[in-house]
Amino acid sequence: MVSENSRNPKVDLAFRRKKNAEEMKHQVVSFALMIFLTIVAFITVGYDGIDEWLKVPFIVLLACIQVIFQLYYFMHMNHKGHEGPQFFIWSGIFVTFLTVLAFMTIVWW
Amino acid sequence: MHVEEKLTAETFPEQPEKATLEGKNKFIGFWVFLGGETVLFATLFATFLALRDSTAGGASTQELFDIKLVFVATMLLLTSSLTSVYAIYHMKNFQFGKMQFWFGVTVLLGLAFLILEIYEFNHYMHEFEFKLTSSALGSAFYTLVGTHGAHVAFGLLWITTLMIRNAKRGLNLYNAPKYYVASLYWHFIDVVWVFIFTVVYLMGMVG
Amino acid sequence: MSTLARKKGFWPTVWDYLTTVDHKKIAILYLIAGGLFFVIGGIEALLMRIQLAIPENDFVSAGTFNELMTMHGTTMIFLAATPLLFAYMNAVVPLQIGARDVAFPFLNSLGFWLFFFGGVFLNLSWFLGGAPDAGWTAYASVALNSPGHGVDFYILGLQISGLGTLISGINFLVTIINMRAPGMTYMRMPLFTWTTFVASGLILFAFPPLTVGIALLMFDRLFGGNFFNPALGGNTIIYEHIFWIFGHPEVYILVLPAFGIFSEIIPTFARKRLFGYTSMVFATVLIGFLGFMVWAHHMFTTGLGPIANAIFAVATMTIGVPTGIKVFNWLFTMWGGSIRFTTPMLYAVGFIPSFVMGGVTGVMLAAAPADYQYHDTYFVVAHFHYVIVGGVVFAILAAAHYWWPKMFGKMLNETLGKITFVLFFIGFHLTFFIQHFLGLMGMPRRVFTFLSGQGFDTGNLISTIGAVLMGIAVVVLLINVVVTSVKGEKVGADPWEDGRSLEWAVASPPPEYNFKQTPLVRGLDPLWIEKMEGKKGLTPAEPLSDIHMPNSSILPFIISIGLFIAAFGLMYHNDYSWGVPVAIIGFIITFGTMFLRSIIDDHGYHIHKEDLLKDDNGGVQA
Repeated sequence: MVSENSRNPKVDLAFRRKKNAEEMKHQVVSFALMIFLTIVAFITVGYDGIDEWLKVPFIVLLACIQVIFQLYYFMHMNHKGHEGPQFFIWSGIFVTFLTVLAFMTIVWW
Repeated sequence: MHVEEKLTAETFPEQPEKATLEGKNKFIGFWVFLGGETVLFATLFATFLALRDSTAGGASTQELFDIKLVFVATMLLLTSSLTSVYAIYHMKNFQFGKMQFWFGVTVLLGLAFLILEIYEFNHYMHEFEFKLTSSALGSAFYTLVGTHGAHVAFGLLWITTLMIRNAKRGLNLYNAPKYYVASLYWHFIDVVWVFIFTVVYLMGMVG
Repeated sequence: MSTLARKKGFWPTVWDYLTTVDHKKIAILYLIAGGLFFVIGGIEALLMRIQLAIPENDFVSAGTFNELMTMHGTTMIFLAATPLLFAYMNAVVPLQIGARDVAFPFLNSLGFWLFFFGGVFLNLSWFLGGAPDAGWTAYASVALNSPGHGVDFYILGLQISGLGTLISGINFLVTIINMRAPGMTYMRMPLFTWTTFVASGLILFAFPPLTVGIALLMFDRLFGGNFFNPALGGNTIIYEHIFWIFGHPEVYILVLPAFGIFSEIIPTFARKRLFGYTSMVFATVLIGFLGFMVWAHHMFTTGLGPIANAIFAVATMTIGVPTGIKVFNWLFTMWGGSIRFTTPMLYAVGFIPSFVMGGVTGVMLAAAPADYQYHDTYFVVAHFHYVIVGGVVFAILAAAHYWWPKMFGKMLNETLGKITFVLFFIGFHLTFFIQHFLGLMGMPRRVFTFLSGQGFDTGNLISTIGAVLMGIAVVVLLINVVVTSVKGEKVGADPWEDGRSLEWAVASPPPEYNFKQTPLVRGLDPLWIEKMEGKKGLTPAEPLSDIHMPNSSILPFIISIGLFIAAFGLMYHNDYSWGVPVAIIGFIITFGTMFLRSIIDDHGYHIHKEDLLKDDNGGVQA
């Protein structure tokens, strides 16, 4: 990487800055979407026109989408070299799923 | 690439967090740790879900929660997540001052969130007599939300320490991975909060 | 700063071990501490067996028996088996992957000291008002009604040592992901490294639930929480679920590295490459994956309902498939090999039928309707001892003989080693085989005595005699260790002469930097490949240059002491006014030391090329 830089540092730096700035634009867009999803979730709960049973799965779905944004954009899991992080986070989510499912279905006393 | 090397914007690597072996180890090690943290919070969430109606005659979640307060807290923490993205953006461009500034904003937003949470807990304890000891719901609520709050507090101390420690010497390959994993930690706190405001507060208000 | 081997006095040596971050020295610390707790747990077992030798015995009281039973289980699982396996992982895994050290040497040391102080805290309960007596599972309905501070020792001690285990697990994961030598692809890693990797992954996902479970128990016992108090809406079943979400993977955390150890020993002494390497890796990963979906088979009789019981029963039986793959692969590795029956190989051969018996009773227990009959009887005790002793302890003893020369540079005496094996093998089967039948005849587990004339007398006496034999076997092993340390002769890099993996390419014990030049790995069993091509050493992957080493540090020791102090404060805060301040002081020590670690730069130091050239014994000769 050092050798690449030293070959033509100015151009390289300008290119990299541009790339970073573009990525930052994507981050701001995903932030806007996250805020939007949050507001929708809060409005859903406050609004009386929707059946109660529909509200819970809907807001949980919104939360899941938002967390995907957070993980893949804010935490850069969409970048190359994140195979390890993906494996461990998804394994954690798998165990989470089993645990929560069990506690919501077979703890009933 | 050597850790103590003095760098310029030109020689600063594209991924400073992974430029050294120590950095690579920190990076993957921290993600692995977050995998474990996921399961830690999963267990607390599952316990809360199993006990969410166990009020033992005390106030129910519908009576307790105040939607406006939770909304403000959520906005504060979500925004702090964006500001720490800005900080890392400036780190990658080797702009140390701007990075410190945005981490500073992150800390302030996090602090505001924490103060709001303390106010909220205090409110429940005095207005509703809703305590850790009053019911199984109380135990589950304070343990889950309190564990998250403790993570926020630890994150604030951590980022502040990093900012003060490195204020004078600027960015190098020794501290870049440290800043990077601290920002990962902060995002993870936000991930957990997304589920707390959904599962604890919003679902609690639906009933 | 440097810890280069040279003759030292007693106190400098102690200081060296307190501050070391060298994985080979930490391995020795784990071996000593784990061995100590293994002996303590063994003595507790013998006391129980003496009590149960004859009907209506009054050797110990019912209360003491409960303490012995709880401490035996807790000590053996958390403080003996796990750290002893960590000893071998630390000693061998970095060598097997061609690394100079682990990824986080500082955390490696921290992990050890947390485990150690947690274990010491737990065992101090014997002298401070009585040990925990709620069983190693500490089910909430029992634990919350246990008087005194016994269970609090359990909660706080395990919290500290569990943290250490988690840290060590993360360290091994990162080491194996990032520190492999050039050419050491995932599918060229020795099986012991693979099983360490999967077991560390299980630690990562299983220990946080344990942390939460015992933290909730702590809130209930010490801070007025109501998680498990039905009067205020609590639910004790939640604790059982959380405990077993941890507890079942814990079994695989122990047994997978044991499988790995035998997968190293069998090819070495059959002098044949491991049969079905790929399927072995696949089976290891599959066991790890399935290990998280079977926990409720410990709770069949709590009344989960037929659907839940059926799902968990089927999932449990599925684990028999990858385990069976492994057993056949070991047999096929031996098939047609020219086998040398050394001590480690004897354990390996003894392990296969013993462990298969434990596996078969496991499938019996997995049948949920039949489990109602077996539950809480000695049949279960026999089953899990066949798995844990026949699998894990056999592996620990085999590995002690197999890697002793690598860790200490001297061979354990083979004759004494074989005597240990024969005594232990016979003693083990004598103790536990008969317990299957005691259980089927209806003898409940966790009882301190039984009446005569119910058909239990002879069986229990035989069982006690077997336990004594196992005790004698361990004494012979200890004598062997002493004799070897005093008289044993120094050995070279490959004392078994048939070593296949990289640890046998470096001096015994290895120099602190392990490899002078990082080796180039050209296939599975890299040392064997070089030997077959008639080469003396490994092919180096880099020119000789300065080696970067981490600095020693006392901070991990101090961080652990802080938590040890804080635990006393938390435990006594309801009884004495000094409780809260002591807890605060403890936490200040811990977090203050962490803060110091964070602000003081630690760049390590370099061993220079010239010094390496002088030091011609060890490392890779190009």
